[in-house]
Formats: sequence, C-alpha cells, structure tokens
Amino acid sequence: MDNILLDVRDLTVSFDTYAGEVQAVRGTTFHVKKGETLAIVGESGCGKSVTAQTIMQLIPMPPGRIKKGNIFFEGKDLAKFTDKQMEAVRGKDISMIFQDPMTSLNPTMKVGKQIMEGLIKHQKMNKAEAKERAIEMLRLVGMPTPEKRFEQYPHEFSGGMRQRAMIAIALACNPKLLIADEPTTALDVTIQAQIMELMQDLQKKLNTSIILITHDLGVVAKVADRIAVMYAGVIIESGTADEIFHNPQHPYTWGLLKSVPRLDLGQKERLVPIDGTPPDLFAPPKGCPFAARCEYAMKICKEIHPEKTNLNSSHYVHCWLQHSYAPNVKNPITGEGR
Amino acid sequence: MEQVGLEKDMFEVVGKDLESAEAIIRPSLTYWADAWRRLKENKLAIIALVVLALVVIMAFVGPMIRPFTYDQQDFTKINQEPSSEHWFGTDALGRDIFVRCWSGAKISLFIGMVSAIINVTIGIIYGGISGYLGGYVDIIMMRIVEIIYSIPELLWVILLMVVLGPGLKTIIIAISISGWGGMARLVRGQVLQLKQMEFVLAAKTLGADTSRIIAKHLIPNAMGPIIINLTFQVPGAIFTEAFLSYIGLGIQPPLASWGSLAQEGTLMLLIKPYQMFFPALLISITMLAFNILGDGLRDSLDPRLRK
Amino acid sequence: MLKYTLKRGIIALITIWVIITVTFFLMRAIPGDPFTNEKKIQPQIMENLKRKYGLDQPLIVQYGKYLQNLLRGDLGDSMKYKTRTVNEMLRTSFPVSAKLGLMSIAVGAGLGITFGIIAALNRGKAFDYFVIFLAVIGVSVPGFVFAALFQYWFGAKLQWFPVARWGTWKHYVLPVAALGFSSIAYIARMMRTSMLDILSQDYIRTAKAKGLSRRVVTWKHTIRNAILPIVTILGVNIAGVVVGSFVIESIYAIPGMGKYYVQSIQQNDYTLIMGTTIFYAVILVIMMYLTDIVYGIVDPRIRIDE
Repeated sequence: MDNILLDVRDLTVSFDTYAGEVQAVRGTTFHVKKGETLAIVGESGCGKSVTAQTIMQLIPMPPGRIKKGNIFFEGKDLAKFTDKQMEAVRGKDISMIFQDPMTSLNPTMKVGKQIMEGLIKHQKMNKAEAKERAIEMLRLVGMPTPEKRFEQYPHEFSGGMRQRAMIAIALACNPKLLIADEPTTALDVTIQAQIMELMQDLQKKLNTSIILITHDLGVVAKVADRIAVMYAGVIIESGTADEIFHNPQHPYTWGLLKSVPRLDLGQKERLVPIDGTPPDLFAPPKGCPFAARCEYAMKICKEIHPEKTNLNSSHYVHCWLQHSYAPNVKNPITGEGR
Repeated sequence: MEQVGLEKDMFEVVGKDLESAEAIIRPSLTYWADAWRRLKENKLAIIALVVLALVVIMAFVGPMIRPFTYDQQDFTKINQEPSSEHWFGTDALGRDIFVRCWSGAKISLFIGMVSAIINVTIGIIYGGISGYLGGYVDIIMMRIVEIIYSIPELLWVILLMVVLGPGLKTIIIAISISGWGGMARLVRGQVLQLKQMEFVLAAKTLGADTSRIIAKHLIPNAMGPIIINLTFQVPGAIFTEAFLSYIGLGIQPPLASWGSLAQEGTLMLLIKPYQMFFPALLISITMLAFNILGDGLRDSLDPRLRK
Repeated sequence: MLKYTLKRGIIALITIWVIITVTFFLMRAIPGDPFTNEKKIQPQIMENLKRKYGLDQPLIVQYGKYLQNLLRGDLGDSMKYKTRTVNEMLRTSFPVSAKLGLMSIAVGAGLGITFGIIAALNRGKAFDYFVIFLAVIGVSVPGFVFAALFQYWFGAKLQWFPVARWGTWKHYVLPVAALGFSSIAYIARMMRTSMLDILSQDYIRTAKAKGLSRRVVTWKHTIRNAILPIVTILGVNIAGVVVGSFVIESIYAIPGMGKYYVQSIQQNDYTLIMGTTIFYAVILVIMMYLTDIVYGIVDPRIRIDE
C-alpha cells in the first residue's frame, strides 16, 4: 500500500549494560499512514521512547543495538542507514520533539538561530531566507511578536512557549513525519490542551503524519486516529481510537481506561489503579508480560507469549483470553460478555 | 489462527501474582554496604589504600631498621650516593637520608592528617551554624567565606607563618585556619537541604522525632561528601607543608619533613640529584595515593552511580 | 548584567580592603621589630629609624597612614634594601613574572582545553586514559618537583635548555613547562568533565535530531556550552599559577616577583612582604573579577536578566 509512510517490522532493541542485557523493545510491529496520527501509549519503561528514538537512530549504539527488525520509510530501511545517511533524514523527512522543552533547547543560542540551523542545512537557504522562514514558523505556532522572540534566548520563554518553539524547529523543513515524545507531560494542564490543539491544527495545514508517544490516555482521546498500547517492550493491543476506547480487548487496556478520570462516568465511580509494577527488562518473563498483574491470568499466560488475534482489519490484540478454550470474561468497559 | 496442541487445562484462571510482579531482581544493599562493595571493585583505589598503609607503616618502621638517627652527622661520609650502608645515600652533613625520609614521613603525615581533621571540623561547625541559623546571619557568614577565599589558601598560610614563625605547631595552626571554606560551604548546603526536609516531615508528623530525622538523614547524606573532602584535604596539607618548608617557612633543621628534605636536596640537585629525588618521590606517591583514593571514594559514594 | 557587575565589583573592593587590613595588622603583630636581627644599632639611630618608618606612632595612626599611602600608590620603602622602595622592586620584577605567568596560563589553557575535548570525545579509549592519568599526576606531584625534574633532565643531563636565569626564548621553556603542567592537568580534567556533562544534555539530542552534522553538533553546541564553566576555572587556575611561581622562580633563578617574595620572607623584610602580598592579592582579586565579568558576558543567562 503506498498510503503507508512508516512501516516498522519486528523491531528489537537491547542495551548492553554492566549488569547485563536490557531488552527494551522486543519485537514491535506497527505502521503509520500518510496524514494520520498514531498514538503509542504505555507506562514509563515500556519501550515507547526507545522505539521512537530508534526510528531516528538517536540511541547511542553502543550500548544500544538493534538486534533485529526493519524500519521502512518511503521504501528504505532506516535500520540499515549509516549516521551520514540519517543526517539527511533527520529534521528534513522525520522530526522529533521531546518531553522537556526546558532542557531540550540550547541555552546559549538564540531561539531564532536554532530554527534556522535546520533550514540552512536541509533547504539550502541563505541567512536572510532562513530568518524569514523562521519568523514565519514562530507565527505559525502561535507565538506573539515573533520578530522579537526570534532574537531571544530560551530562558526568556515560558514552558508552553518553549514547546511551541520546539514545534517550530521540528516543522521548519516540513517533514513528512513528526514524532512527539511526551510533548505535554512537563507542561501545565491548560497549556497541554493548547499544545495538542496546535499540533492538530498544524497537521491539518501541513498534512504531517504524527506519532504521539504518551502514558496519558486522556491526552490521546481527541487527537489520535489509531492507538497502539505498549507494555514491557511489546505492543499488546492496537486499533483505531474508536475501537480502543469503546471496545478494548486486553486486560491492560482495561486497566488503563479504568484509571483515567472521565467526565461521563459520574462521581460514584472510583479510579482503579493497576496493582504491581512492570517487569524488569533484564529478565523479561517468558509468557505474557502482563500476567503477574492480570486478574484474569491463566496458567498458559505465564508460559507462552500470547499469539496475535486479528479482530478485524484494523484491530488486533495479543491475549490468551481470545482463545476459544479461555473462559468467558465480562468486558469491564463495554459490559459485554466475550 | 488458533494454535493446535494447547491443553484445555492451561486455560484455568489463576489471577494476579503480585509477589513476582514486585520482585526485585537485584539484591538491595544498604548505602554503605553498596559503597564499600563498589570501592572494593575499584582496583586502583585499593592499591592506593595499600600504598598509603605501607607509607604509614614505614614512617614508624623505617627509622628503626637502620642504625642511624635522623640527626646523626658523619663528616667522613658526606654526599654519598645510595649504597648498601646508606640506602638512600647521605646529605651534605653526612646524615642518612633513608632515616631522614621516614622520620620526615612521620612529621609530614602528622601535619597532613591533623591539619585536615581540624580543618574539616572547623568547616563543619561553621557551615552547620550558618545553615542552621539561616537568614541574614547565613548570608553574612557565607560572604565572609567568599571574601576570605578569593585569596588562595597558600597566601594566607604564608602570611600566618611569617607572623607565627616556623615550627611544627605553627604550621598546623596556619594550615588549619586557612582551609576550611570548602567544607563549610558543603555542610551548610546539607543543613539547608535538611531543614527543608525537616520542615516537610514536621508538618506531617507534628514535629515528632525531628532529632531522629537529623540523625537518620543528615549523617548518611553528609558523611559521604565529608569523608571525600577529608581525603582530599590531607594531600593538600602535605603539599602546603612541603611548599612552606621549601621556601624556608616550615620545618627547621635538624628536624626533617619531606618538604625541608626536598629543599635541602635542591641545593645539590645538579650534582647529587638523589638527595631531592627520594623525598620528592615520597611526596608524590603519597599525594597520588590520596588523590586516587579520594576519586575512588567519590565514585563509590555517589548514590547516582548505584548499579 | 549591570547589577551583576556592580555586585561583584563591590565584593572585590571589600576583599581588597580586607586583605590590606589583615596583612597590615598581622605584620604589626610580629613580635619584636624588624631591626632586632641587625647588628647592634645605637639607640639614637634606632629612634630615627623607628620614626622614619612611623613605628613610634599608635597602631591606628600607622594604619591610617598606610592606607593613605596606598591610595597614592606608594607601598613604602624596603626595610632591608634601604635605598630602594617597594614600588621600584615590584616595577622591575613584575613584568618578568607577568610574562612567565601569562605564558603558563596560555599553554595550560590551550593544551588543557584541547586535551579535555579530545578525551571526552573519545571516551574510554587510549587518549582518554592518558588524559586522566596526566590529570591525576599533575594534581598530585608538586610544582617544585616538576621544576627540579625538568631542570635536571632537560637542563643538566640532556642540555637541551638552559638550567636557570632569564633571557632568550630558550630560558622560557622549562619554567613555563613546570608551571604550566599542573594547569594543563587541572584544566584538561575540568574540560573533559564539562564536555561529558554537556554531551548528556537533552539539547544535544535535539541538535542531532535536526540532522545537523557531527562537526556542527560538536562545535556549535557541545564545545560552545562546555567551555563556559572553564572561564570560571581559569580564575582559580590563575591563583594556582601565581602561587606556583614563587617556587619556580626561585629554582630557576628568574628575577621575578616570586623570587623577591621568597627572599623577603627569608629576610624578614616586612614592608616588602606586606607590599608584595597586597600587590599579589590585588592582582588576583582583579583577575577573578575580570573572569566573572567575562563569564557574565559569555553566558546569555546572566547577560540578559529576566
């Protein structure tokens, strides 16, 4: 299908540390179509950031290494690219924004110049053109008095403005794919909403595909077209936003949804946290990684990693509850029996 | 597609297994046990520790194993190269350099350690008071430290030595008075941190047990940097003493310290280099060992590097 | 920025005043007077000498006079070399020491920064270990040991360079090497640490994510930020070089301030000691102040107040 922009297949990334091998990403497969927003959701340490940074080859290798898998972007496998080849891709075809805008901007370089750098390198603009375009970008991301802001340093910006500046930098060369790694986690709730709105708005204008990485399902609701739920280095469920919110099939997804505050559930419903902590990735469990924390866990869950079940062309899940031998379980979100 | 060959009883529900969910793979050690373990793994630091132990032992044993005293002059044997009778040779007055080096070791090490300890103590008290009292007093006290420390310690020590006159006691006084600034700042920082913690905890526990909190938190948090600082102060003090003796303000003959020996050796440097070489070597090895040990301690006591 | 400059300036001035006062009262606290070591002097001449140096006045008055003289730039007469003033002796010896010191600092900073950068960029490899090794040696082995070593090996044994005195460029090499060694070691270590710290910062990752080349990321982003704290380090280093010069000049018989300082101490020439100490202190305070200012200019977070 030539509608697919990014096609990640069975990506496996490990880190070789003093204490042994950390299997951060253990065979993830997903794709992003042109113009769509894919959200990758999961708690800290589940491997979503590592996946994102591996696409851009920003992980230092050593100690990291891609054990296997492919990252197909416009027909080429980025996993096999050299650093030089990646330089031509980063900032130009694929861009990334990070979690903490305070530390992600060079404190001793004017913001305007930081936007211009990419323009000069990738679009071969001269200084005057780059400056004009940079100011334009600042205006595009909703920065008041962009000419003045162009000459200022990051410490003169507020948190929300810094993130806008990051977005301006990332989108300056009009990349086809934007990876946003927890872009709003470090910001106030009201600013969060503004930034998400801005990203949606820009996506429509520039037809950029977005991979949105977050641990917060609430942030994802309005913005994502498709959602992939990640746990302990593997994707355990994936589908359209509608399917995930209204017909989730994996107990972990149920847990995530039950722990998100929702306006429509009324005051009597309690938030239910998920007991326990994610497994240690030095020695990942051999079965389903969620088994220890799952109230529906079966003997087989501890032994064998669940196979993939395709519920339809867009929605799949890795869970033994889908097997015909498994007992009927009431879906806590939809209320249906299975 | 459904896998063939799976037994139906595998699908019996067993529910959560939180014990394994919360199991920690790596054994957890206390802060000090972990620090000691890390230090032991640092081979260089252990070598340094052993070397220092040897130097200290020799400081006592050295003079005893040769039949000379440190001030015994023999005008028939001046400026002799190292030989089987005089292992490090003799100086311009026929004194045995081996014995002088090791009795000098005693003095240099003594000055180094005592000054360092007094230094650290003054620093802890000053910094502790400044941090505890806080407010204007704290600001003024820290400004005083800042002003005093715009001038290098050595300059202060020289001034004090000129006033106090040379000698063992005066050297210790001079060095102790001049070097406590770093420790003061450190301890003050810890106390300020601790005050914040104390405040928060007090709000929760209604002010109960604040002294236990100080004991349980201040000691582990501050001890690490204090030990490290102490380890680095000693070579600094040894160097200062050597420097003073070298310019004539330190230990006076016939007493020997490494610095005074080096100074005496310099006069004959171009003809009989060994006279300077031995004390210089001892100074260097000792300071090197202290610095390596200090680095090792710093690495092993840094909680962020726990593995 | 202005507030910062003023604040630092006031502290500098107070520091200088403290030094002068402390030095003055310390010198006056020395038991006996400076003439006790001299051969017997007749009481009448003693009276005259005391009056000349103002030693018969109450302490506070002496202090006042001293301050007055200082403001005029007059550091007094040497007590040992009675025909020469302190100013005179400083004037001839200062340029020599200044040259030696500046060269050592330049070499120390130049090589130190370079080594530190290369070590950090090649972490864990041979050069890195070499630099760490150098750094530890440089900080542990006292300056006078290096001075003596160089003098013996490169001067006497190999005869590559003159053993002492001052004159041609050849005379510079050994003393600058001896003085500069610990500077190189210290600065290299600090630069390496600073580089490693910056390399782990998020904004370096952002720079890479923009597709900038390794060279640009290293120079415009990493080094540009890593070198900032080194400005402050240089201030500390200058103090170390000044102090080190006392011994180096003595060993190499270089006619600089340090040599005279050591001599004055050994000869109990109190006005010379006082004058030189104050002079050194003032220079150091001014240097520290300048480094603070330079740092304020170079770091936009200070240059541009919120």
